[in-house]
Formats: sequence, C-alpha cells, structure tokens
Amino acid sequence: MLHIKCPHCGMRSQNEFSYGGDASVKRPELNKEISDQDWDNFVYYRKSLRGKHWELWQHLSGCRQWIKVERDTATHEIFKTHKASEDIS
Amino acid sequence: MTQSFRLENVGLINRDKKLSFKFNGKIYYGYEGDTLASALIANGIHLIGRSFKYHRPRGFFGAGVDEPYAIVQLYRNGETEPNTKATEQELFEGLEATSINCWPSVNFDVGAINNFLKIFLPAGFYYKTFMWPKSFWYKVYEPLIRKAAGLGVASTKHDKERYEHKYEYCDLLIAGSGPSGLASAYAAAKNGARVILAEDKARFGGTLITSEVNIGNQSGKEWAEGIIAELKEMPNVTIKNRSQVFGYYDHNMLVMSERISDHLPKTKKFHPKQRLWYIRAKEVLISTGSIERPIVFGNNDTPGVMLSSAAKEYLKVYGVLVGRNPLIFTNNDSGYETAIEFKKNGVDSIILDTRKDPQSEIVNEAKNLGIDIKFSYVVVAAQGYKKVKSADIAKISDDKEQLGAIKNIKCDCICVSGFWTPTIHLASQSGNKIKFNEDIDAFVPGRSKQNEKTLGAANGIYTLEETLENSFETGHELSKKITNNDNKISLPKVIEKKSTTHDKFWCVPLPRGKNYKRFLDFQNDVAVSDVEIALKEGYRSIEHVKRYTTLGMATDQGKTSNLNGLQLVSSIENKIVPEVGHTTFRPPYTPVTIGAIVGREVGKHSRPTRKSPIHSWHEKNNAVFVDAGVWLRPRYYKRGNETLFEGSKREARNVRKNVGVCDVTTLGKIDIKGPDAAELLNRVYTNAWLKLPVGKARYGVMLREDGIVMDDGTTTRISENHYHMTTTTAQAANVLSHLEYYLQLVWSELNVNVVSTTEQWAGAAIAGPRSRDLLKELFPKCDVSNEGLPFMGYMEGDLFGVKARIFRISFSGELAYEINVESDNANFMWKKIIEVGEKFKIQPYGTEALSTLRIEMGHVAGSELDGRTIPYDNSLEGLVSNKKDFIGKRSLNREAFISSDRQKVVGVVPLDKKTSIPEGSHLVKDSKAPLPNTKLGYISASCWSVEYDNPFSLAILKDGKNMIGKKLFAMSPLKNKIIPVEIVSSHYVDPKGERVRS
Ligand SMILES: [Zn+2]
Repeated sequence: MLHIKCPHCGMRSQNEFSYGGDASVKRPELNKEISDQDWDNFVYYRKSLRGKHWELWQHLSGCRQWIKVERDTATHEIFKTHKASEDIS
Repeated sequence: MTQSFRLENVGLINRDKKLSFKFNGKIYYGYEGDTLASALIANGIHLIGRSFKYHRPRGFFGAGVDEPYAIVQLYRNGETEPNTKATEQELFEGLEATSINCWPSVNFDVGAINNFLKIFLPAGFYYKTFMWPKSFWYKVYEPLIRKAAGLGVASTKHDKERYEHKYEYCDLLIAGSGPSGLASAYAAAKNGARVILAEDKARFGGTLITSEVNIGNQSGKEWAEGIIAELKEMPNVTIKNRSQVFGYYDHNMLVMSERISDHLPKTKKFHPKQRLWYIRAKEVLISTGSIERPIVFGNNDTPGVMLSSAAKEYLKVYGVLVGRNPLIFTNNDSGYETAIEFKKNGVDSIILDTRKDPQSEIVNEAKNLGIDIKFSYVVVAAQGYKKVKSADIAKISDDKEQLGAIKNIKCDCICVSGFWTPTIHLASQSGNKIKFNEDIDAFVPGRSKQNEKTLGAANGIYTLEETLENSFETGHELSKKITNNDNKISLPKVIEKKSTTHDKFWCVPLPRGKNYKRFLDFQNDVAVSDVEIALKEGYRSIEHVKRYTTLGMATDQGKTSNLNGLQLVSSIENKIVPEVGHTTFRPPYTPVTIGAIVGREVGKHSRPTRKSPIHSWHEKNNAVFVDAGVWLRPRYYKRGNETLFEGSKREARNVRKNVGVCDVTTLGKIDIKGPDAAELLNRVYTNAWLKLPVGKARYGVMLREDGIVMDDGTTTRISENHYHMTTTTAQAANVLSHLEYYLQLVWSELNVNVVSTTEQWAGAAIAGPRSRDLLKELFPKCDVSNEGLPFMGYMEGDLFGVKARIFRISFSGELAYEINVESDNANFMWKKIIEVGEKFKIQPYGTEALSTLRIEMGHVAGSELDGRTIPYDNSLEGLVSNKKDFIGKRSLNREAFISSDRQKVVGVVPLDKKTSIPEGSHLVKDSKAPLPNTKLGYISASCWSVEYDNPFSLAILKDGKNMIGKKLFAMSPLKNKIIPVEIVSSHYVDPKGERVRS
C-alpha cells in the first residue's frame, strides 16, 4: 500500500485516495475548434510510461482535493506531491 | 501411553501442567510448552503423514516454520483447519489432529502404490498425462487425484472465530528476536525510538535459546531473557511473540499476523483468534536468521532423517530425544553441537563429517568427549521404510566423486547439517537486489530499495560477536537519525566455540548400480531425477524448471529445497549458481489464514449497509428489502402471502389509480453554491442552464468526455446562486468526484462550491392522480394548484411546523411531487403523509413498482444508462444543446455515434401478450439462424405493464427508430426461451406526457 503525502493533510495511506490518471493531460478549451486527432489524444491516448510520471489522485476519504503526484510507475517511489493549483515541472 | 522419549529435567516445558491430546484418534500426553511435534516425538511417534505424490511415509524434518513434512489437519473447538504445521502448533489440552494425505490410514496407504510404480509419476506427469481429452479432466482425473493426493480438507462451515486488523506506525520494525533482533531492538529502544519487535515463535530469543554461547558471563539464553525483560518494561517498545511478519510491501509497509488464540483450547471471550497488523515503519531491520539446509542422499525422506538443528531444539527446548542411536551427518561444525548435546544427556552418536580435517574448538571438544567421528564420510542411503533403521555409509574421495566400500550401520535417526541458508524473503520482497555469496553457498541481501537492513544470520553473518556488534551499531545509528539521542550500548564479551566455515558439499553421488530416490523438495516429492528430466526435456529458466517439476511450490515454499535445487541445475548446466538465478520470493512468507486477511469484513460487515432514516417504519410494515448499491431499499411491502409479482403490481396500480408514496432518500444530492453555479451546470449538463429561473427544476443529462451518458437527474434553482442537484443512487459518489475534478483541476476560475447533502435530506415521492389532493392537505398554506406549482416547479412549505422543500418532478410518469425535509424529520414527514393520505387510499410502494412505472413510461434508468449508451440511444437527443459546449460534446459526432442505423431505446411486447421476456435476452431476426446468430439488440429492462396488463420491456436496438412495428425474436439461451415479439415505442403509456402536466 503506497504512502502518499497529501499537500493539504500530510502522509496518508493509499486506501484513502483514488487514482485519476495522467496529470499532464490538458482538457481542450471549451468552444474551440479541435481536430479529431487532438480530441482523440485527449480522450483516449495515454503513454503508460515506465518510470517517473505525474499522475492525479483524489484524497477521497480525506480533504477531497485532487492532487498531483510524481511517482515512478516501476518502483512506486513517490518524489513530489503538488496541490491541484500548482503546475507540474 | 508413556512419553518414553522425554528426558527428565531438560527443556523449557512446564512439567507441572500435563496435557492430553489426540492424534489419529489415539490419546497421548505432553506438557504445556510443547508443540504438537515435540509431544508426538516424546511419545515415539515419527510417522505423521504421506507424501504428496508417491505417498511415501513422512515424519518430522524440522522444528519450526521450515517444516516440509509434518502438516496435519487440526481440530479445535468444533472447527477444523487444514495443513497446520505440527512443528508450529503449540499443544493445548484436548488438541486433536489427524494425518492428511493418506487413505485409508497412515499406516496402510493405498496411494503408496505410486511409490512402487513411480515410473508413472516423473516430472511434468500431470501436464503430460492429464491434458487429453479435456472432458476427462473434471470427471475422471481431478476427483481421482484429489482423493488419492491432495492436502488437508478446508472446512465448508462458517468460521465463528473473530479476526482483527490493526494499523500501526513505528520508527523501527524488527522482524525476529534472535541475537541480531534483540541487540538492534535494545540499542534503538535505549535511544528512545518507537520499536516493534516481532517473534514468530512463542519463545523469544531465536538461536540464543539453544546455542552454547556465552555473552557477558551469561549463557546466551540468560542474556536474551534479561534483554527481553528490559524491553518489555519500556513504554516505547511493543514486543510481540507468535507474530510472523510475512509480507513486505511498498513504502515500508509490512504485514504481520499475530496468532492470539491458536495455542489455546478455545478463544477467550472478546478476544480475536488472530490479528493482522499493517505496520508502516520508518526503518525495517530484518533479523530473521537462517534455516539449516539438508544434504541430499538416497532415501533422505525416510522418517527419522531430520535437520541437526531441529534434533538439538527438540532436546534443549522440549527435553525430547529424536532417537537413542543417532547418526549425525554434517559438512560443518553445527552437527557437532547436536552430537555434544546428545552426549551430555547420555546418548552416544556417530558423526559423519564430509570434511577431511576440520580444525575448531568444538571439533576438539567432541573428540575429547569421546564421540565417534568419521571424517570424509557420507551417508549414501537411509534404510528403513516407516522409520530409519540403519544407514549405508561410505568414505568419499577428496574430490567428492568416488565412494569407498559401503557399510551398513545401525541407527534410529540421521541428523543432517548442510550448512545454513539466510532467510532473505522479506528483503527480497522489499525489492532488494539479492546476490549470491560464494562463501556460504547461498543468497544474501544486496542493494536496498526501501529503508531496510538485514542483520546477522539473515545477512550471512554466522559469528555471534560480529552479529551483536553490527546489530547494536545499526540499532543505534538508525534510531539516532530519528530521535537524535546518542546512547551507545557497549558490546559484551562473547565466547563461541564453533567456526563458521563449511565444506561445499551438498549431494552424495549414487553408488554404482543403485537407483535411490534422492529428494530435493520433501513436500512436493521432487527428486534429483525429476530435475534431470526437466533439463533433458529442454527446460532452462529456473522459473520454468520450478513450475514443471513443482520444486519449491508446496506450502513450505521450498524453504529447505530451493538452494539444493539451484545447486543441481547449476552442476548439470555447468554454470555457477548466480548464473542460474533464483525464483522470486513473494509474500506471504508463511501461509496466512483467509480469516486473518478478511478480518472483521465478514458478511454484512464487508461493506457498510446504508439505511434510510425511515428504515424502521419500512421494517414494521413488512417491507421486503433489496440491495441498491450499499443501500437497503424496500422492494415491496408484503401483504399476507403476496409474491413480489403480486405485491409490486398492486402498488404500481395504486399509483396509477390513486396515490403512492416512495422513500427516495437514497437519491444522491449535491448542494451547489456560488456566483458561477449556473455556468458549471451549463458545462456539465448537455442542455442549457443559464436561464433557469429561481424556483424551477430542470432535468439534465451529463456525459463523460467520451460522449457516453454518465448520469441523469433533476437540478433545482433554490435561490440566485444556490442549486440542489440530484443524482442516481448508484452514481452519487462518482458525480461529486466528477464535479470536484473539473472545479479543482480544469476550471479553477469558476467560483463554485459543491458538497454532498445526500444524508442531510430525506425524500418522499408522492405520485398518482390524487397526489395534488394529498399535497393540498399536507401544505394548506401553499398554492399547489397547477398554476401555483406547475410541472418542474419548486417551492418551500411548512409541513405541520416542519420546513420542507416541494418539487414537482416525476419519475413514475404520473402527476407527482417530491418532498424533502431534514433527515431528522424524516419519520415525521413519512407518518404525516401516510396518515393524511389514508383517505386518498395511499399505499407505500417499493423499487419494484417504481421500476414498473418508469419502464412502461419509457423513462430510461441505470439499465439503459449502463456506461455504453449516448443520449441518442436513450431518446434524450432533444436534451443535447447545439448552441453551447459541454463535457463530452466533441465526442458525439464520432462516426459510430452518428451512423444512420445507430441503436436506440424501443419498447418490446411479446406477441402472445403473456410471456415475460427475461432481461438480457438478445433480439434477433431469425430464431433458427445458424450460430453465431446476429444480435440486433438486447432487452435492458422488463416489467408487467399495469396499464395494459401484459408484459412490456425496454430494449436497446440497432436502427431502433426504424424498427417500430417490426417483428423479431427475443432469445435467452440462459433461460432457454425464444419469444416472438413486436417492437413498439418506448413510451408505452401516456406517450404525450400529459399526466405529469395535469
Ligand atoms: Zn488531503
């Protein structure tokens, strides 16, 4: 079970969180023309990286905030956690 | 029966407390502090079971967790547990155990014929023999194998025992209370760190209990007892015996199973049987010690052949002799300790040492005691069937290839020591890259991945002084990092007699002309010849060899067999062991009961049961409940002997005719507040929301980004910046997360807050032509006329002094309202509705009637909004705005979604107007077409229409819009039904929707 540092609440066990996928995906702006390819990339295509990866988690049984977590998908090492409002680097 | 192999005045057992127990129906006696194994050996019992494949007799091999043979079926307090290790099970008064894997009895075993027909059972036997024909597997082979082989029998009864889970945090978790565990725990505890020290056995101290060593002028045992007593008094230390740390998971979380009551005849009141600990440790010290490994020789599985350390433990801890005429077979100094221990108790043994000329203090001591030692000697084969009677021994050449003349000598047990294998399972599970250590011929931990360190014998360090020094140091260093304290423990003077070298010898060659079975894996009956076959047949990867031969795959997970298996593969392949590699260590280290894993989450506790505040009224009024997600909802209110079908029909008819009331508290409710609330709704729902006036409700559909319908419901504008959203019962949690996702991550510029109010509001739907008459009497001061409260209108009201929200919304398709009050007033509201409604012939209705009402009205619900349909499929395309953007809109013009024959919801009526169509049935054109018959659609929901008194179903059907009036077949292979049907409009009743507006 992972140990995740919620930027709002501190270290918490994985079972308080739910996983939300790739944090680098940006939703296209509303009311903007977008090609089929770009829309498909947004909705369906994910890289499924091995290694360092920014991902979203929601602290569901805690503060209910969505947070960004930099995790190694192979080793499960967690390097950084950010609030939703912070940009990933 | 007497305990004829029990010594007087030796051991740590409590002789004041004699215990009786039964093995295979016979009564024996032992003492408190015995294991089942030690008590049986004390009674001269060495035949415990039969082996898995060849049904060869099985005795005891070890004295603890590594035991491959002595597994029994245990009976305790009316329960039974299979595959219990007799070496681990502590004796209690009235214990009962039976042999497993022998039929009809342990002494006369039919399956043993396999032993004489072993040509039939080489490596890969199961794969080769039982593959064809397939149908034979279930009917013939499997039952046959299960009867003849198989391990213990799992109970099919409900487990009455209680199991608990516990979550714990600490600075240092130390697994194992031998010298390294005690020393590191002591150093860390003295430094103020929060320490958990876990010991698998009942007694703390590990090898210190049985080793002849001296620490600071005390025996090892006395020193250990002193440390343990001190640790127990310290408030920052948790010290647990009978507790096995069996799994090392991510981020330094370890799981430990504590056996609280297994050693007692009966679990004490209010106590659990076992407790599972989830421990998050800052640092982990693995001090799990090492396991002695066997030397491979002919018939080395005969009862009476056992590890030399086990023989010593039976003697020193339990005061039990494993034999009166022992033969010790060793390649290192450990065997000498056992021989000396026998000698002290007046038993003369013979030592066969594979080494030519070993030099150490302990060898000299043995010589001085006059013990018969034969150097460069090996056991070629054990003789005897149910117990060792003698041994064939021979001198072996210096290159270990040639055997000299074979002699037979009498003995009644053979105590083997092939040196020591570090117990590295936890380190390996943690992700540590283990490496091979040539000096000890075994794997040891390498580079750590997590905060873990391995100490002492588990790390391949076999001298006590070095172990203690390292362990004090490590405990001190790690705790200093955490507590900043600097209390150093000075190393006491350590005296140890044995040296820690060994002879790299593990397998005795077969003498010419002899074909003895030489076993590697004692539980799964894997012999040297099996591995040879596997390699001959082309298996190379050690993982494949393991699976093909089943080496190391039994319940002991190869604790005594893995390394010898690797040695064999490496010698045949002419590789060194590290090139062969090793199989992966996975949790659990030892078997864990399902009960401990499940904990308290049994039956209704496996997930919370949510009940509406009106639940007890429903109960009192004969509601039959149904699970709706985690909620319990009334399915129908049973009158007399009514069936579900009759009751729900009555309730639905009453709604159509008079008025009914339904508890809708379980619907998800979300409060939405803020100046941008309307904008949020406008982006989330497919229809327009910016112009909804205060005091009005609107039905909305929300999509996922891929265009699939996620949920539907009504949202009401309570005031300028305040909305009340409802969701389906099932999707309530997902919708809230969905809104939070967009508000926090995508559109953080929106000034809106959302919060779940599902539990704050209780809801009652009143539906039917007389619902307005009822409402008038419930709210005499409100204008609830069609003009005052039109369809989709909202107002606040006073329900006999209680504040209420009144919504004119309808799921049943009738004139209907929904009343919400604060949950605390739920019963008041409900009782008032029932009381006042009596004169309008009100009846409560359950979810079954609710379904009937919505199905015949063609209102889609969860069975149509099933995560595979878009708005068009549900005839909701009218609610999709083409003027604004919203979540998922861009996906709706995907090719499949706009194809001209796109699926759509339709109504389905059986031609005979009698036969109900099973849900899930497929709609096909030709019921006799060859398989696979092209499926045009499927029945999503079925009911008995109370309006027309015939069956009616909804279906999602390809090209649905052009299929109205067509005749098809509904086929249900599951129910074996083929029903001719006609496709009709999904709006079967009141297609123009006049009733809701009346
Ligand atoms: Zn949080």
